[in-house]
Amino acid sequence: MSSSPSIPSPAPGGEPNHALRFTVLWLTATVIAMPLVIIFIGPILAPGGTGSDAVSGYRSDMTVLAAIATPIILLVALYLLYAVAFFRQPQGGALEGPAVRGDARIQTTWIIVTSIIVLGIAVFGTVRLEEGSGAGSGSGPNPLTKPSGPKLPVQVIAQQWLFTYRYPTYGGVETTHLVLPENEQIEFHVTSIDVIHSFWAYQLGVKADANPGVDNIAFVKPTKVQAFNVRCAELCGIWHGYMRDTGHVVTQSAFNTWIHQQQTAFAPATKVLPKYSKTYLPEPTRRGE
Amino acid sequence: MLSLYVKKLLGVGVAVLALGGLIGLYVATWATSAPPPVAATVAPASSGGDQLTLETVAAIGPKYSPTHPDWVSYLVRQNGKWIHSTIFTLPANTVIHVTLYQYDGESGLRNPWLSEVQGTIGGTETVDGKTVDSINPEEASHTFVVPELGVFVPLPGVPEEAKNQCEFAPCEGAAHRTITFSFRTPNKKGRYRWQCFVPCAAGYLYGLGGPMQTLGYMDGFLNVV
Repeated sequence: MSSSPSIPSPAPGGEPNHALRFTVLWLTATVIAMPLVIIFIGPILAPGGTGSDAVSGYRSDMTVLAAIATPIILLVALYLLYAVAFFRQPQGGALEGPAVRGDARIQTTWIIVTSIIVLGIAVFGTVRLEEGSGAGSGSGPNPLTKPSGPKLPVQVIAQQWLFTYRYPTYGGVETTHLVLPENEQIEFHVTSIDVIHSFWAYQLGVKADANPGVDNIAFVKPTKVQAFNVRCAELCGIWHGYMRDTGHVVTQSAFNTWIHQQQTAFAPATKVLPKYSKTYLPEPTRRGE
Repeated sequence: MLSLYVKKLLGVGVAVLALGGLIGLYVATWATSAPPPVAATVAPASSGGDQLTLETVAAIGPKYSPTHPDWVSYLVRQNGKWIHSTIFTLPANTVIHVTLYQYDGESGLRNPWLSEVQGTIGGTETVDGKTVDSINPEEASHTFVVPELGVFVPLPGVPEEAKNQCEFAPCEGAAHRTITFSFRTPNKKGRYRWQCFVPCAAGYLYGLGGPMQTLGYMDGFLNVV
């Protein structure tokens, strides 16, 4: 058995103090690895960009979770390597290690530490989710928390195989593409008029199921001018893969210009649209009856 | 000599491989099967561009689809004959003049927003010779929509009370609506999906199954070359 000069010397009796030695090794690795994870790994675990409050929140949350996971992963991985290196079966021997039973200290420590970690993560996740008013996820028709201040409602209507968008504060105009003003709180109302879909605005960190007859609310505040991908994230039929679009976050003045153009362009359709409603569940058509 | 156990093992292995191969072949055939692409024809010199002539029918009939004769479908005309295909080859950056003979009845749009004509030249279509920018959503029978190109064309249906309704394709001579519109294909070559947005699959839940979920009936591609 070899030992390096930096590792504590063997305990009386010839066997090194494995607990102390491993603890030093683990803590050293953790001190080195954790800053690297926080700086380099955490940010790339979250969906792309920093284009909204939701996606920025993901980034910091994923970094915190990755930092918490680092010592745990190192503990498991290093112990495995340590055991392979130092607790190897002697060549030619077939020794059975002594059984360890009923070690109250280890069991108590294990239960307390794992409980603290799991409960801590649960509390952290819950607080962050509600602190961010759902953190960009669909929170159902009655979200527990709502962001304060004025909000721009935008209804997302899914159908096989297209998303359309309705702006109730602009005469209920319905549009082909999704355009949002920068730095304005958006209140998405996601619904479907046929099967189950899922509205996913990737770079904004918004993902909300689109269910027929359900008004699924998600909040987001886009923080920079950018294009973002819209996709359906629920397998919804033969053309599910084509249910995609490119949305845009634009300046407030560009948004005002755009929405007025849409009101003009879609005037004929707006006239025949049903009154704005949180859900639309048309009666089955004659053919589908 | 192989023992009986080894022989049985080999037999089971070969049978499993053969069955797996057959299943794989079936899935691969299903996944890659598509109707033949049909090219647009050159339009009369006076109008320029190319011509695409289509037909929609309530039931494709045994002549064109022995397996699903009662499915609603599009057809395309090539060299004076109706072909059962929904894949159309069109030249890039070209005006395509579409003439569509609509033989199916009215069933209504699930989303009335689709009743407005979008993306065509002039933002209009003609229905039986009359130029319109939208139709009554209740009168829609089908749509011809190419989402990536922003082309949305609602197709009104044949009224229920009309005489001489078509039973099976081809429907020539039966009651119909004649719809025309033109759109320009993009510069970018590629494959663009088109589909009908009316849930028109009779006999399926909410009209969304069968021909709405199978390539070659109420959806297809524009191959822009």
